[in-house]
Amino acid sequence: MGIKVRVPTPLRRFTGGNDEVAAEGDSIKAVIQDLDRRHPGIGERLLDEKGELRRFVNVYLNGDDIRFLSALDSKVKDGDDISIVPAIAGGR
Amino acid sequence: MAKTSKNILDEARSAIKSIDIDEARRMLEKPGTVLIDVRESDEWRQGHIPQAVAIPRGFLELRIEEKVPDHKAPVILQCASGTRSLLAARTLRELGYENVYNLTGGFNAWKDRGLPWIADRAFTPEELNRYSRHFVIPEVGEKGQAKLLDSRVLILGTGALGSPSSLYLAAAGVGTIGLVDFDVVDSSNLQRQIVHTTDRVGMPKTESAQKQINALNPGIKVIRHDVRLSSDNVMEIIKDYDVVVNCGDNFPTRYLINDACVLAKKPLVDGAIFRFEGNATVFYPAAGGPCYRCLYPEPAPPDMAPSCAEAGVLGALPGIIGSIEALEAIKLLLGAGKPLIGRMVYFDTLSNDYVRILKIRKNPECPVCSDHPTQTTLIDYEAFCGLAAPATDGAGDAQHAAAAGR
Repeated sequence: MGIKVRVPTPLRRFTGGNDEVAAEGDSIKAVIQDLDRRHPGIGERLLDEKGELRRFVNVYLNGDDIRFLSALDSKVKDGDDISIVPAIAGGR
Repeated sequence: MAKTSKNILDEARSAIKSIDIDEARRMLEKPGTVLIDVRESDEWRQGHIPQAVAIPRGFLELRIEEKVPDHKAPVILQCASGTRSLLAARTLRELGYENVYNLTGGFNAWKDRGLPWIADRAFTPEELNRYSRHFVIPEVGEKGQAKLLDSRVLILGTGALGSPSSLYLAAAGVGTIGLVDFDVVDSSNLQRQIVHTTDRVGMPKTESAQKQINALNPGIKVIRHDVRLSSDNVMEIIKDYDVVVNCGDNFPTRYLINDACVLAKKPLVDGAIFRFEGNATVFYPAAGGPCYRCLYPEPAPPDMAPSCAEAGVLGALPGIIGSIEALEAIKLLLGAGKPLIGRMVYFDTLSNDYVRILKIRKNPECPVCSDHPTQTTLIDYEAFCGLAAPATDGAGDAQHAAAAGR
């Protein structure tokens, strides 16, 4: 069944336009690594050179910001729902 | 034989205990005592006793149970002079209320004694009709409408988000609306910026928006700020407003207005859009909530930022987000319900389950809004966002468009 990852519009060019993709892994970090294997290039948009989550990207695990869980080490299980929400600035 | 009015009044006088102002005040000091003002609503508006509850005599039987469910509670009835309230008191006795009192001399005697009283805002007949759908909403009512009319909201940007936001705030009767924009209306704006019109292409956006706002509601005072918001002018511009609504379109301005609102302890209603996607939340650290920097500590570098100048902006989507911003501003002004503090409503309208509520939290290490801030003044936000010096006019706003889009 895997983990459901919701992909925001700006990153859909990596997922062939899909707004929702499946991934595997027992932590957020593992899920992102798996995501990058399936959709090369997306990992670099989420993690910096040190492997930390970029500070203008938020990842929500079942609606909760992972920074306030265990960040990239937050445990993930089958059926979980992950949302990637980068900063957007448009309004005009 | 039919009774005369004198008979009826005499009967009521012998059945109902009359009390004077001193006794009424003593009774009102005890919790549980209810003071009902049975005068008509226009009399009430002109002045009433602060503790009183308004139930015009014609509605007494219909509304008393809702206001005073306990039939044993002490109830003091009051009108202008003490006559209508005497008859009202008799009605309450017939309804089974056991401890009913009539205030001798009524509101006039209270006022003559120099005791405190308050006057509600006097609405014009036009306002009474215009806001009649608000008056019947319990969370608004006449009191809430008076609050809205006395409120001041600053809208940053009169574009895609600022259009619906300003129109709904004006329609709702937010008395003073400030508009910040330095751009002029272009025909490419009109596919989404519904506060502007074709015949106003070339006009400053604040002027165009002012015309539309006042066409919708001539009672609204519009204050135009035809400037580019900067660290030098932002504190002066926001200082007199109750709520700031962010309808901006670039990262430097988003960090600038966030930091300024944190420093000024003002609530900031925030919204942002990208194609079919958008989100809205309320940043209000003074009320315990997070700020924009808690959410996104650093801006996206220009080469990573989603560009909606290239991507485009859909008209109906800012309609949703801008309306939510107006709604949240109204909730904050009224003190109604739970504001979207610590919650982001996130729309991805291309999918078929398109609303998500995301929890956002205060960062205990936030450089701006935490208990021990490391940044207590405004900074150079263009540099912070990795951008060159600001352009000097709206048309030359290319680097912003690249960073954020419009």
